[in-house]
Amino acid sequence: MVHWTDAEREAINTFWAKIDHEEVGHQALTRVLVVYPWTQRYFSTFGNLSNATAIAGNPKVRAHGKRVLDALGDAITHLDNVSATYAKLSQLHSEKLHVDPENFRLLGETLIIVLAGQFGAAFTPAIHATWQKFLAVVIAALSKQYH
Amino acid sequence: MYSATEKALIASIWEKVTPHTEQWGGEALERLFAVFPQTKIYFKHVDTSPGSAAIRSHGDKVMKAIGSAAGDLDNMLTTLSSLSNLHAYNLMVDPVNFKLLSHCILVVLANHLPSEFTPEAHLAFDKFLASVAAILSQKYR
Repeated sequence: MVHWTDAEREAINTFWAKIDHEEVGHQALTRVLVVYPWTQRYFSTFGNLSNATAIAGNPKVRAHGKRVLDALGDAITHLDNVSATYAKLSQLHSEKLHVDPENFRLLGETLIIVLAGQFGAAFTPAIHATWQKFLAVVIAALSKQYH
Repeated sequence: MYSATEKALIASIWEKVTPHTEQWGGEALERLFAVFPQTKIYFKHVDTSPGSAAIRSHGDKVMKAIGSAAGDLDNMLTTLSSLSNLHAYNLMVDPVNFKLLSHCILVVLANHLPSEFTPEAHLAFDKFLASVAAILSQKYR
């Protein structure tokens, strides 16, 4: 079980309350698809992803970004048991979606960059470290059911 | 390799970094130590506490070196040649750490230049820092 200090729980929850799931999810997924274009392999049904403008304007990208952030909320409400909370999601990514777990890391890093852009000075090194720890836990949980 | 647009993006972002190399370089290192504490092993003889003069000065050095590479993208091998030797033969920093520092630099850029650090600029910079890292690791073996 992961140990969270009170300060870490607070940093996670306080920021979570300020995050617009749709906007942040959209920005993060847009950046992943632009910066690491090979990730587009998982989104062949999304239509036009031919350049950064198309990706940013694509409604399926926006909807999916929101879905991902909504799911992140589950981990936040179950900080003491992220592994169990994500068991089915991990299985889905492994057995049905066949997503290379490296992509979880790419999305995690990109989400950090989006949060840094959004929160400015409030995204201190300490808060940054807490969020990277949290996302590392999420990534481990999502990778757990791969076999 | 870099398109003309990517070169222009890298140049315009770096122009905004130049007046802040010490502050932002120090901050990138501070984030590196906070997020990836194992990286402090390379700084055992240095004061790595937040805001330390030693770290600001080192951050300045790192950012200026990156700046000289950014200023001549077609000749990075030459520009970074002596740093490449230094990292391979003297410092022997495990190359995985170049990725960690690159990430922290991107976080600093996003944090201080939110409107300029667009997805396209992010792509150009991620590519650029990955090239810097590859060149620094080139002589390791």
